[in-house]
Amino acid sequence: MATALMSAPPPTPAGPGTAGSRPWVEDLRSDGPRGQAAVADLHALLLKAARFEIGRRAAELSHLRGGDHEDLAQQAADDALMAVLRKLDEFRGESRFTTWAYKFALLEAAVRVRRRAWQGREIPLEDEAWGALPDAGAPAGRGAENAELFAALREEIECLGDRQREVLVAVALNGVPIDVLAERLGSTRGALYKNLHDARRNLRAALAARGLRVETGEEEA
Amino acid sequence: MKPDHRHDAVLGRVLGPATPELTCEQCFEELDRYVELTLAGEPADARVPGMRAHLDGCPACAEDFASLRDLVTREGD
Repeated sequence: MATALMSAPPPTPAGPGTAGSRPWVEDLRSDGPRGQAAVADLHALLLKAARFEIGRRAAELSHLRGGDHEDLAQQAADDALMAVLRKLDEFRGESRFTTWAYKFALLEAAVRVRRRAWQGREIPLEDEAWGALPDAGAPAGRGAENAELFAALREEIECLGDRQREVLVAVALNGVPIDVLAERLGSTRGALYKNLHDARRNLRAALAARGLRVETGEEEA
Repeated sequence: MKPDHRHDAVLGRVLGPATPELTCEQCFEELDRYVELTLAGEPADARVPGMRAHLDGCPACAEDFASLRDLVTREGD
């Protein structure tokens, strides 16, 4: 059965939530010193999350000076603050406010690190892709069956539309971060993942049409 | 056809999850709730259908999940 992107998120009951001991939303909506203090505290929270993310990805940024890491963290926290304040009405209280806010800072920091790590690097496209696929001419393991499967896979990848093939090869075969590819192509993570999803669905269908069934994990019931 | 383990990783990356999955936008929307359910030992995959499949198929979202889980764990210590 073909896989599908889900058309709508599962229903989730809106409840009083577990926003923690501090009434963050109320504080952030307040005028005057109370609101200003809440915004400053939120920025500190987001900066902590951004530093955490950049710290765990330090190996990807080994070419940068320490001061550059802090600049990245500050930029990520600034943009995350804007995002959180812009989306405040969307906080449903289904997690602690801090957990909800952290994800914006982690995303901003991670995207910055991925893009900085790939700055000036060429995106490997078609020609380099096949090295990641086992050689159909030198089968291993189940031998002939695998050789047939990978030969078919190579052929079917070639039959994909340009954009689907480009995204599949870059992200799935060559390990290019999807955010980096999105920046280079002037697109978004979500749009490119849709391309990747469609490419995968088409490949599965094509392999099935050849009588090749592949188990890569939990199969749909 | 069951590929051997050496080829599983490649096939997994190329063919992706076999089950319906969330989009990246839906994943981000649900990420905080999913992380807290996971850390609380609740049946997160049942409560947020399609999340596990998406995390299996999207390396970037999987990294975002791991980061949030680890940060919340650290802050909760």
